[in-house]
Amino acid sequence: MKHSAPASPKSSGTSPGGSPSGLRGVARAVSRLWLVPVALVLWEIGTRAADTPYFPSPTTIAVKMREMWLNGPASRLWLSDLALENFPPSLARLFAGWALAGVAGIVLGVMLGRSVLLARFVDPLVHFGRAIPPPMLLPLLIPLMSIGTQMQLTTIVFGVIWPVLLNTVDGARYVDRQHMETARVFGLSWGQRLWRVILPSSTPKIFAGLRLSLSLALILMVISELVGSTNGIGFQLRAAERAFDPPALWGAIVVLGLLGYVLNLAFFAIERRVLSWHRAAKQTT
Amino acid sequence: MLEISNLTHTYGSGPSAHNALGGIDLNVSEGELVCIVGPSGCGKSTLLRSIAGLLRPTGGQVVLNGAPVAQTPDDLAVVFQDYSRSLFPWMSVADNISLPLRRKGEGRKQRARSAMEALEQVGLAGAADKYPWELSGGMQQRVSIARALAYRPALMLMDEPFGSVDAQTREDLEDLTLRVRGHHNMTILLITHDIDESVYVGDRVVVLSKAPARIVGDLRVDLPGPRDQINTREHPDFVRLRAEVGRLVRGMRTSPASAS
Repeated sequence: MKHSAPASPKSSGTSPGGSPSGLRGVARAVSRLWLVPVALVLWEIGTRAADTPYFPSPTTIAVKMREMWLNGPASRLWLSDLALENFPPSLARLFAGWALAGVAGIVLGVMLGRSVLLARFVDPLVHFGRAIPPPMLLPLLIPLMSIGTQMQLTTIVFGVIWPVLLNTVDGARYVDRQHMETARVFGLSWGQRLWRVILPSSTPKIFAGLRLSLSLALILMVISELVGSTNGIGFQLRAAERAFDPPALWGAIVVLGLLGYVLNLAFFAIERRVLSWHRAAKQTT
Repeated sequence: MLEISNLTHTYGSGPSAHNALGGIDLNVSEGELVCIVGPSGCGKSTLLRSIAGLLRPTGGQVVLNGAPVAQTPDDLAVVFQDYSRSLFPWMSVADNISLPLRRKGEGRKQRARSAMEALEQVGLAGAADKYPWELSGGMQQRVSIARALAYRPALMLMDEPFGSVDAQTREDLEDLTLRVRGHHNMTILLITHDIDESVYVGDRVVVLSKAPARIVGDLRVDLPGPRDQINTREHPDFVRLRAEVGRLVRGMRTSPASAS
């Protein structure tokens, strides 16, 4: 080829050699995570010095967490009955609510993004709905649906749909004009335009929305469980508060924090995979 | 095969209206390679978009193979100048080329074969599984050309196709265009602002005036073939024609002997 060598972003990720890259990986992890033990030590020192029942030390919290949730048999990953009673329902609510909101947000978003007429009518409603703080719905929903899964899911969906919806509208509306013209010139069918042009072109925006929604879903999951639930992490948090058991309360908070961290990490990994073209295309052009 | 009659287009209305096309009449016969050249901003792209059915002109009519153009016609392909915004970055090169072929009723295997064939014709057989952004600009434009070829259009429109690549690549792509036109009995309309390019590539050079665009010259290019970047460009006829076209583009009077 007479042309200049094409950039190949695929090869840039791997580092040469086996053990140096392993060492480098450890070094990277250390440089990223060193603040965590430092913060834990400071927390420990601070809480011991303060010595109030409201702020138990991290070690106390850890012991309490172990006692509550990790005293089961090894075959169940040491999870206790209490853990199995409360974690899975919370996770199920979180994912079900997030998934429902994601699907609904993308479907509605593409419709609003591609139809000027529809957007004109529905836009005010969207902005009205978005402005309502979702926890405000709870007092309305409780008499309407009674306490239970339906109410919790409604709260989560209503609270987390907006970032997906608004981002999808944006993504679908601003598909590159020349991409759409190319689709027209080459006679792509309605379905091809949707699945092969509009949706892929909007995925960077959609993923940004989904990511925001995921962290919102965690918050709303807890809130919905605080008020109307008989199980779940939020319910446990509330129970600990009522029983005046600060270590258990803090334990629930720590679990929520860890859960949020892990979810974000997992989402990031998926996003990297799905949007590899996007990152690479942005780097080279 | 292409008949354009009294085509006019005005953008906007009132005092801010911009009159882009001021009555274009043009006939192109089958298998011809016509270059349309004119000063920047003269309405060349407006003309192309009207032919492609991407824009509804305010007046006049475009007839392609006997049918007036209203929507984008079936057997027409476009090679856009900005390849990076025309190829889909989320699809491999092969998928980019084969996606439009489903409409032609080709099965999965047939589509893959057509894509491969087209890539071979543009000298990129090894790039099928790559993504467009992994290729250089010139190679991406080759992929655009391959996509148009695989589509087997009766008319291929090229909108400043080599405007965004370096000089060396530009010459390669010009020769590629001359080569592939022989494979299919395709009519090609190439829009450019490059006077040398129009004479080198075209069988015929149509010169547009400044906006509102009108045809101010229509010259037949009779250069001995096969054309060659060095020899053709020093041929006395080439030199005479490019001067002729240059004068027309700049709005000067031409010597009466060569105007046709």
